[in-house]
Amino acid sequence: MAINWFKYSAPTTFYGLAGKLIPWFAIFAAILFAIGLYIGFFVAPVDAQQGEFYRIIFIHVPASILSMFLYMIMAGYAALGLIFNTRLSAMMASAIAPTGALFALISLWTGALWGKPMWGAWWMWDARMTSELILLFLYLGFIALHASIDDPRRADRAAALLAIVGSVNVPIIYFSVKWWNTLHQGATIKFGGTSMHVAMQQSLFIMMLACWLYAIAVVLARVRSIILERERNTTWINDLQEVRS
Amino acid sequence: MLEVSNLACSRGDHQLFCGLNFSLNPGQIMQVQGANGSGKTSLLRTLCGFLMPDEGDIIWRGESTRELDEDYYAELLYLGHLNAIKDELSALENLRISAGLSGIELEEKEAIAALRRMGLRGREQLPTKVLSQGQRRRVALARLLVTDAKLWILDEPLTALDVGAVELIQDLIAEHLARQGMVIFTTHQPLSVAGIEMRTLSLS
Amino acid sequence: MKKSTMLGLLVLVIRRDLILAMRRRADVLTTLVFFVMVVSLFPLGVGPELSMLRKMAPGVLWVAALLASMLSLGRLFLADYLDGTLEQMMLAPQSLSMLVLGKMTAHWMVSGLPLVLMAPVLGLQFDMAGQALGVLIIGLLLGTPILSMIGAIGAALTLGLRGGGVLLSLLVLPLCIPVLIFGAGAVEAISSGLSIVSHLSLLGAMLVLALVFTPWVTAHALRISME
Repeated sequence: MAINWFKYSAPTTFYGLAGKLIPWFAIFAAILFAIGLYIGFFVAPVDAQQGEFYRIIFIHVPASILSMFLYMIMAGYAALGLIFNTRLSAMMASAIAPTGALFALISLWTGALWGKPMWGAWWMWDARMTSELILLFLYLGFIALHASIDDPRRADRAAALLAIVGSVNVPIIYFSVKWWNTLHQGATIKFGGTSMHVAMQQSLFIMMLACWLYAIAVVLARVRSIILERERNTTWINDLQEVRS
Repeated sequence: MLEVSNLACSRGDHQLFCGLNFSLNPGQIMQVQGANGSGKTSLLRTLCGFLMPDEGDIIWRGESTRELDEDYYAELLYLGHLNAIKDELSALENLRISAGLSGIELEEKEAIAALRRMGLRGREQLPTKVLSQGQRRRVALARLLVTDAKLWILDEPLTALDVGAVELIQDLIAEHLARQGMVIFTTHQPLSVAGIEMRTLSLS
Repeated sequence: MKKSTMLGLLVLVIRRDLILAMRRRADVLTTLVFFVMVVSLFPLGVGPELSMLRKMAPGVLWVAALLASMLSLGRLFLADYLDGTLEQMMLAPQSLSMLVLGKMTAHWMVSGLPLVLMAPVLGLQFDMAGQALGVLIIGLLLGTPILSMIGAIGAALTLGLRGGGVLLSLLVLPLCIPVLIFGAGAVEAISSGLSIVSHLSLLGAMLVLALVFTPWVTAHALRISME
């Protein structure tokens, strides 16, 4: 009964492991954020065309990339949970969703802030921004479906199926939005290009890493609280020091 | 034929039963007993494959029902609390459609004969919304007459039925058992089949 | 007693749902009236200049069709769920996907097809050209079945939930965006003298994909929701 052992003990061991890992991820995320933002705002030179405004990409770009990656990772965990009936995967999926939605929102917000000085409008219907908006809708759908089902097992499985359907649809949506955009000759955002300054590249890379570490730390923390909530009736939870005290 | 081993089932945080073992052979009948909320309906729904058991196996003809899937369903008849009857359709249409869903194309004559045996003479063409609760239950139970399923799973088949109908159902079950059929059922009313040992399974 | 075939079962489910729809005609009519009303509201909102309306027409008609089809989706499985028929469908000796496909087909015939038939009349209100109307109808014919099929997944997932209707739209609308883009895009393409082949063939491809996958996914979603 190796599978059963895995199924029942995984959250138990994972709970402790995650608790030990979170501070490390959080500390490194904070340090990297500080370094990345310092390089981005003080070291990187002013852009010839965009002036100081371009500096928002140090937040905008990592947020956009993470929001898309996190959706795929979430769908992957959801699929694992659905196929192998492992509880931890489903918990991971529902723990990732709010962070992914947050990054999508940050990406949209910073995109708007960038758009105003660049195009004179808060919102341009460019392909990337539109896809990001739809991605946010997909995240919200996942969260809403999960929240409106009382039975946790049904909620996990239903939301997982939705995430998988969504992940199959994401490329189709992205492609169709891109097509729609070129047809209407809308605006397209172009990033620095090949002649990006080294400091810009460094900052972007460090910020990306910081965002990943932050995401991992937050997701692990959320998984821990989900485990506590779901397993509240089991003995191992009630034996935990933080629960007893 | 039907073997259940180490079955466990829970709803939400609450465990209904665990470590449940029983087997049922052709010609046998088993009553599932227990107080309200003891998991009788959940057990029957688990046997139908609606609910996934937490643990354990359900074996039909030596194979897991999970793998048999449609081959198992072809030999299974389930009557739940809900009648699966449409108000807008007549008794006749309802019976023919529900038989159709279970894979049997029913001639009109056969369907009418079945409804008449259930005591619905003259009401075959009426929309079921004008029928009484007991009469609707009879329409649902008419499926017992037109099925060739081996295993009957009946959840409270006697609710809303009068004395005559209860006797009729007992006769139908006896006929089914005589044909080497199998029955698992729950009831809060007495149900007896002459000449056959009634096995019981108690859930607490 | 005759055994029914897979095709026989499909026909049975479609016939049953059509009979039920005929006996509950009000439901069908409300969807259609909703569609007509939403479309008619636009000129009142944006002004009656024909040149602008002509340009907006494909988008307006498609969005209205999308919203109208959301309206009827909530009922797709609900009645069968509440009266126990869905349980019996899951116990059918044929694959549940086939029954689901039957229900999707019936749903489209009852709530999608009337919209397609009504669309040209509404298009005339927006002064659309004959050719554009033709493309609109072909696009809707290809696209509305996809809406019914994707919608069925959402309907199955939200079965029996509080506030299911609004939630259903939230889940399904983003997934329908490609259909909207290519459907409305085809009409715009023909109006500006471009080829429509690519738009329509992409819609066709999506229809085939949906036909292959959505019944299976919906059947799975129903099993999840029935637990």
